[in-house]
Amino acid sequence: MLLSENIKMAIHQLKANKLRTFLTMLGIIIGIASVIAIITVGDAMTKSVMNSLNSMGTNNIEFYLTSKSTTDKDGNVETTGVERDMKDSDYFTDKMMTSLKDSFGDRIAGISLSAELANGKATQGQKYARIAIKGLNSYALTQKKLTILAGAPISDRDQNASSKVALVSDRYVQNMYGQNADLKSVLAKHVEMVSGSSYYSYTIVGVYKYSEDQNKMMTGEASNGSGKNLQTDCYIPLSVAQQALHSDALYGDFTVIAGTTDDATQLKDDISKYLNQHFYENNDAYMADGYSMQADIKQSGEMMGTLKLAISAIAAISLLVGGIGVMNIMVVSITERTREIGTRKALGATNRSIKMQFIIEALVICLIGGIIGMILGSVIGIAISKMIGFVAVPSISSVVISLLFSMGFGVFFGYYPASKAAKMNPIDALRYE
Amino acid sequence: MPTNIKPVTNADTSPVIDMTGIKKSFYIGTKNELEVLHGIDLTVMPGEFLSIVGQSGSGKSTLMNIIGLLDKPTSGSYILNSSDISLDSDEDTSHIRNKEIGFVFQTYNLIPRMSALKNIELPMLYAGVHGKARKERAEELLELVGMTERMQHTPDELSGGQKQRVAIARALSNNPSIILADEPTGALDSKTGHVIMDIFHKLNEEKGITVVLITHSHELASETQRIVTLSDGLFIDNPELSYSDNMTKGI
Ligand SMILES: Nc1ncnc2c1ncn2[C@@H]1O[C@H](COP(=O)(O)OP(=O)(O)OP(=O)(O)O)[C@@H](O)[C@H]1O
Ligand SMILES: [Mg+2]
Repeated sequence: MLLSENIKMAIHQLKANKLRTFLTMLGIIIGIASVIAIITVGDAMTKSVMNSLNSMGTNNIEFYLTSKSTTDKDGNVETTGVERDMKDSDYFTDKMMTSLKDSFGDRIAGISLSAELANGKATQGQKYARIAIKGLNSYALTQKKLTILAGAPISDRDQNASSKVALVSDRYVQNMYGQNADLKSVLAKHVEMVSGSSYYSYTIVGVYKYSEDQNKMMTGEASNGSGKNLQTDCYIPLSVAQQALHSDALYGDFTVIAGTTDDATQLKDDISKYLNQHFYENNDAYMADGYSMQADIKQSGEMMGTLKLAISAIAAISLLVGGIGVMNIMVVSITERTREIGTRKALGATNRSIKMQFIIEALVICLIGGIIGMILGSVIGIAISKMIGFVAVPSISSVVISLLFSMGFGVFFGYYPASKAAKMNPIDALRYE
Repeated sequence: MPTNIKPVTNADTSPVIDMTGIKKSFYIGTKNELEVLHGIDLTVMPGEFLSIVGQSGSGKSTLMNIIGLLDKPTSGSYILNSSDISLDSDEDTSHIRNKEIGFVFQTYNLIPRMSALKNIELPMLYAGVHGKARKERAEELLELVGMTERMQHTPDELSGGQKQRVAIARALSNNPSIILADEPTGALDSKTGHVIMDIFHKLNEEKGITVVLITHSHELASETQRIVTLSDGLFIDNPELSYSDNMTKGI
């Protein structure tokens, strides 16, 4: 008998008892829907977290100064060095940076150095805009991955010459010169700010596109509303900031960008060791230490994977229960239809075609249930993701997997009842009361 | 004494059914074995209309089920259309049931929720006949039994007599060589019973189909070419004996 005839017959049979068919399907629908919803939300969450972690820099290794200390067997931290405040000779220096670049070569893609100068209101007559003035070296600037809307980024020449130039955000321009201000018109104008007893003034050479994501990522908090006069960064050459701070090239911390992602953790250890051997061996109180985000990212990725798997396993149990429901109904249905099976055999149905008929019936239930569950699960998954602020895209693989799974379930849970039906002796089936 | 009652006609052609020494036992419990048929010899020639009569419990249905390959004899040989069926696999017996035998049951046994047309198409479906040919043949058969207007009706929308007519049409769908009817009129009033019997007679006379009929009605049995009487699992010579009491009820 043809497969298409079998499918037609199965659909006919399932239509004849709509309520029962629906209730049987419900188990599969709920099972598939919950698995798909969890996978969708989980994927969205993982992707979003990974994206933001990655954009913060998997390759970035932050170095800072810390008290010399060791940890004893009981986990107590013992300070072996002298306890005192930091003085100029403790800080990282440009010499150290040069020495690192020379020693590590290609393993270091760049060193990003920055200094925060001041926060406050930049004013222009009555108008004002909140800004944070930050001095960045050229590598730190490229790390920001700014989109320049007008003018040009701060050049290496400006960096070397300590030119008093600045990059401001488009928000700054809007706040200062009105919503529809021409970005080009502000070039060569000045950013002026008074903070405490200091007066800062820089020539605008470029306008960058303010990115809310970047801001959120950097400060850890979302800005509220676009109309608000929110604080944006104003970038100036690092040397200019250092001069304004009256400090020589001294850094409390710096960020090394590893040449390859794979090397980040190792490089962190190597640089720490190098710095401590060459520059901090004789320091009585301080030593260098590093932090690489890579290990964290890897760990949180693994954690989320495990979590997703665990929740999926729980959801899979509901799928299993649904499958057993299908099997149960098939067994009941076959008992009820014993005479029908006997009649079909009398009319010439082979054991194989009887088996086929019931397997296909189970398969159709599971497949239709699976499709409905998949749609429902995707909708729920996307809705939940949206609610908690992630962008979800139902993956093709989860769609394919859920369809294959539900078909597999149909065959698996339909097989036993179908074989039972096929094995019936025709005359016993016909005589069944 | 078992008696092999020889057919009157078609003596020169080979029989449709050729049974010798058919025994059938049922196992009830572990020790008790109930022998229902004690060694039946039966020969049916093509084109015959045979009726099997006998008291309730004498083994008529048991014999019919063996003829129709729904059950296997415990011992004895059964040759159907010149081939020994005792060794056939499930696949083969299904195939023979499908092509060679048309069943008509007392309880109609139409598949519920399937239209009359679809019910008639079913044996053709198992035979692998394609859609259009199947439908045409089913319509033809519905016309033959006078049920054309009820084509799309499901069994629960039909009367007993109508159901049986659909069942007969279904039995005919693959052009079987024998029709086996186990008390086809048993659940019908005598007038409707006659309508059904007329169809069998018409099929037998006009199409030359072999019919084996089980009935409790002396009147209906007497209309057929040959009557065999079963009594306690054996054919007996004198039908008069077995008709004495319960046969009169059927008339
Ligand atoms: N599957 C079975 N298991 C045990 N005993 C059976 C089985 N089938 C039939 N029998 C027994 O075999 C005997 C003959 O039964 P059968 O159905 O052939 O009688 P019958 O002549 O058709 O009777 P009726 O006219 O009432 O239909 C009965 O005694 C019955 O109890
Ligand atoms: Mg009977």
